[in-house]
Amino acid sequence: MSYVSCLRCKECGAEYPIEPRTVCDHDFGPVEVAYDYEAMRGKVTRQSIEAGPRSIWRYRDLLPVASEPRVGLNSGYTPLIKADNLAAELGVRELYIKDDSTNYPTFSYKDRVVAVALMKAIEFGFDTVGCASTGNLAHSVAAHAAKAGLTAFVMIPHDLEEGKIIGSQVFSPRMVKIRGNYDDVNRLCSQIADKYGWAIVNVNLRPYYTEGAKTHGFEIAEQLGWKLPQHTVVPVAGGTILPKIWKAYQEFITLGIVEDNKPKMYAAQAAGCNPVVTAIEENSDLFRPQKPQTIAKSIAIGNPADGYYVIKVVRESGGYGASATDSEIIDAIKLLARTEGIFTEPAGGTTLAAAIKLIQQGRIPRDESICVCITGNGLKTIEVMHGQFAAAPVINAKLSEFDVIVDEIKEKAAAATATAGV
Amino acid sequence: MEVTISIPTALRPQVDNKDTVKVTGSSVREALGALTAQYPELGKRLYAGENELNRFINVYVNDEDIRFMDNLDTALKEGDEVSIIPAIAGG
Repeated sequence: MSYVSCLRCKECGAEYPIEPRTVCDHDFGPVEVAYDYEAMRGKVTRQSIEAGPRSIWRYRDLLPVASEPRVGLNSGYTPLIKADNLAAELGVRELYIKDDSTNYPTFSYKDRVVAVALMKAIEFGFDTVGCASTGNLAHSVAAHAAKAGLTAFVMIPHDLEEGKIIGSQVFSPRMVKIRGNYDDVNRLCSQIADKYGWAIVNVNLRPYYTEGAKTHGFEIAEQLGWKLPQHTVVPVAGGTILPKIWKAYQEFITLGIVEDNKPKMYAAQAAGCNPVVTAIEENSDLFRPQKPQTIAKSIAIGNPADGYYVIKVVRESGGYGASATDSEIIDAIKLLARTEGIFTEPAGGTTLAAAIKLIQQGRIPRDESICVCITGNGLKTIEVMHGQFAAAPVINAKLSEFDVIVDEIKEKAAAATATAGV
Repeated sequence: MEVTISIPTALRPQVDNKDTVKVTGSSVREALGALTAQYPELGKRLYAGENELNRFINVYVNDEDIRFMDNLDTALKEGDEVSIIPAIAGG
């Protein structure tokens, strides 16, 4: 059964039926899916969730679908890694990586939100779905639409990384590149949704799409053994996922599934696009939009629609924010790869770099549990790593030539030991 | 000077279901003032306070966000296109 009651405006509380809807008619505030938590009591439990499939749909009772899931049957349930090597390097006691770089089918957190949005598109009877995207969302919409037999229309900024473009094109969506940044693409998409009546996942399916982001938070709690990390560091682009991880934590608390340990939420942004972190640092409720200038293109949104809610949640939870420069982002990508064997995209580098800063500043205590949310995969953005590594030696297929390389490695190690001994 | 204001679907019921409205004004403030004088119900939704737009509404002049220019004081010239667009999530 479904526990969904209605759509409700986050600002004025006006209620609407479950329908394609972008914003509240009264004040343009975002509308959010409301549930009957009372009816869930005693029915939605650790046991009922554990009995579900190993995908986002194990949390189906807390998602806004009315029918049997047909999209994203393998999305979600990504690993929560206990990052002991990285923890030792950073001098913290308990560190986890929630690794959506392995999400199915397109290796980013977007597979969660798109699965829910496309389920709703099918339930509402749409045959064409679309999105405005910095790459990952387009990738996911195109793949899920291919599997679901829907037509996909994806709109992206003209200058994305090749992996993000090919990664979408392979699924044969209609792709339009738009001269401008993401905010320009988004503005156009809002007008397209208005004019053509298509299901644009982040426009008129937004209330359902954003609910899918909660599953990232549900999984963190379940995989941690039904408890919440004390500190959660989350990348901020449009501002969807951070408030939704928070909502997931609060829903589990409301239902008595986890204990309320007063979790704190932290926002991570690139220094070249940090309207939300700037507002947090300036103790302001409102952010000023920016023109993005960063290698972290997947989170380069200068005018984040839900930025206001990120600021609110971060503040209410007692968390904070930090920004990372391009070189700090690259260093963090390398650090995560070297210590934990995870290759993330610049958004993930941004999140780890911000977490490191917050730890160094003493805002995140070293002896409490920390979760860093990694939302995308480094293989889609290899351009940013060009020139970062020494060239590999090239030899003929002769053992003697290989011996020379091994001897050189030994000599270097011996020299390093000698220097260290002095 | 005369400018064209494009109205998103959600606000069209307040402007007799038109998708654009022509008004005169030399700044965004004046143009929106003229619009809301004509359609007072729209004004209630457009503004949060006397000098403050509803934070879920973005206003563009010829495709540029007015917050990158002079906000409500952004100057307008004959034939400019002013768009009212709700803030949209994504990524």
